[in-house]
Amino acid sequence: MADRKEPKSKYTADRQTPGAFEGETVTRRRAMVVAGQAAGGVAAAAFVLPALGFAMGPIFEKEDQPWQAVGKVDEFNDQSYVPRTITLVAGIGDAGKSTVYIRKYNPQLDTEPRDEYNNYIAISTLCMHLGCPVRFTAAAQRFICPCHGGVYDIVGKVAGGPPVRPLDRFYTRLEKNAVLIGPRFSVNSELQRFSPRDPGEPLDGVGQYLYPSRPSMRKIPGT
Amino acid sequence: MAKIKLPPVPSNPLSSPKRPGKEYGPSGARGHAAEAGVSAVDWIDERTSLSGGLRWAMFRKVPKGTNWFYTLGSATMFAFLSQAVTGVFLAMYYDPSATRAYESIQYINNNVFLGEFVHGMHRWGSSVMVILIFLHMGRTFFFGAYKYPRELNWVIGVALLVMTMTMSFSGYLLPFDQRSYWATIVGVNINGTGPLVGPYLSEFLRAGPYFGATTLSRFYAIHMLMVPGAIAALMGFHLYLVAKLGTTAPPWIKAKGPEKLSEEKVTVEA
Repeated sequence: MADRKEPKSKYTADRQTPGAFEGETVTRRRAMVVAGQAAGGVAAAAFVLPALGFAMGPIFEKEDQPWQAVGKVDEFNDQSYVPRTITLVAGIGDAGKSTVYIRKYNPQLDTEPRDEYNNYIAISTLCMHLGCPVRFTAAAQRFICPCHGGVYDIVGKVAGGPPVRPLDRFYTRLEKNAVLIGPRFSVNSELQRFSPRDPGEPLDGVGQYLYPSRPSMRKIPGT
Repeated sequence: MAKIKLPPVPSNPLSSPKRPGKEYGPSGARGHAAEAGVSAVDWIDERTSLSGGLRWAMFRKVPKGTNWFYTLGSATMFAFLSQAVTGVFLAMYYDPSATRAYESIQYINNNVFLGEFVHGMHRWGSSVMVILIFLHMGRTFFFGAYKYPRELNWVIGVALLVMTMTMSFSGYLLPFDQRSYWATIVGVNINGTGPLVGPYLSEFLRAGPYFGATTLSRFYAIHMLMVPGAIAALMGFHLYLVAKLGTTAPPWIKAKGPEKLSEEKVTVEA
């Protein structure tokens, strides 16, 4: 095979590159090209990475959820809900406020084990379909969502419509005759507590793994 | 004393007599003005060679059968330009803070001269753009204009469609009334229903677990800085490919075959 080209040597000196050093394998042109592109890459990363981190930061930041008082113990009963307004996000006026429905723990209704955080049941008004505000209709003993027809029974379990899990709840505790409301948590259809998820994310079966909880909001450990 | 005859005064001092021959330059005020324009354009063109590119982009051959449906893309582009211009002027009065946004929109609508008009152009123009982009997409599909070698332009068009929807979604929050607030809550939660990444995506959009103090400014930045820049850049590339590849004839125009198709005997030499 005389017409076949000799494989090129990896040494620039053998390739007759002008000014080649002995043992040199990378031409200076190639070294400059690589160095120039690397410098450009470093310069771009120097502003892109901090900017991305800046935009993503809130995902990994723990949201502060202070306990807030919503009334005296005798303002609430174990038969029906009393609405109270709490502040979820401070400093943005009405947009940061939300309604919570509160009632006393009722052994005839509530099946979940009793602990220090559920002497009072506080139900979030965030519909678990897509997040519209639900309203408790006393005559029907149901929570009803105006957007897409989600219906929940008196303990917040799904009674009909598109919601994927029962209404979220808030931790409650007592302090000197006052009822305090704390962080939010989500529940599955057995009313077991989970770290808060967004609406539309089921928690039964594989749902709790498909929709992981996030560092910004977690349930109280061990509850 | 002999009277000296005065030379005749021209009736209009501006209309000087024509110079003999064109080689002495233009004549008359209009001629001079035209010459000034031409030389200014020449000055730029000598230094940029832009005229060749412009001629290449604008004076293309178009196939037989080109009709009004072929204007839908340009119509979408002009809808985008209208959105860009009205949006820039709305930004002069708009305040993207959760406590001030609604009031600033009320101020634009009620107090600013032509404010309601410009706001209305932006608001209705967004629907116009979405309608036009879908019509343009339908035209491309039904005329088969997405086929080789124009597949990449279809892909870019889909990206432009997605970004137009992103603009509609992020812009919907900005008036910050009840409708836009709850629509955004629902929209962000729809994002969240995507498995595994969904929860993080919706948290990124809200800048936290709740609709909070920076959600509105985040949407505002997406709406007026990030996405419009990307749309403008991709639109430029979209147009470049249109100019480079040319447009297609409508499917009902039959391609002209070769003049004569004749069978010839081919002998293969051994």
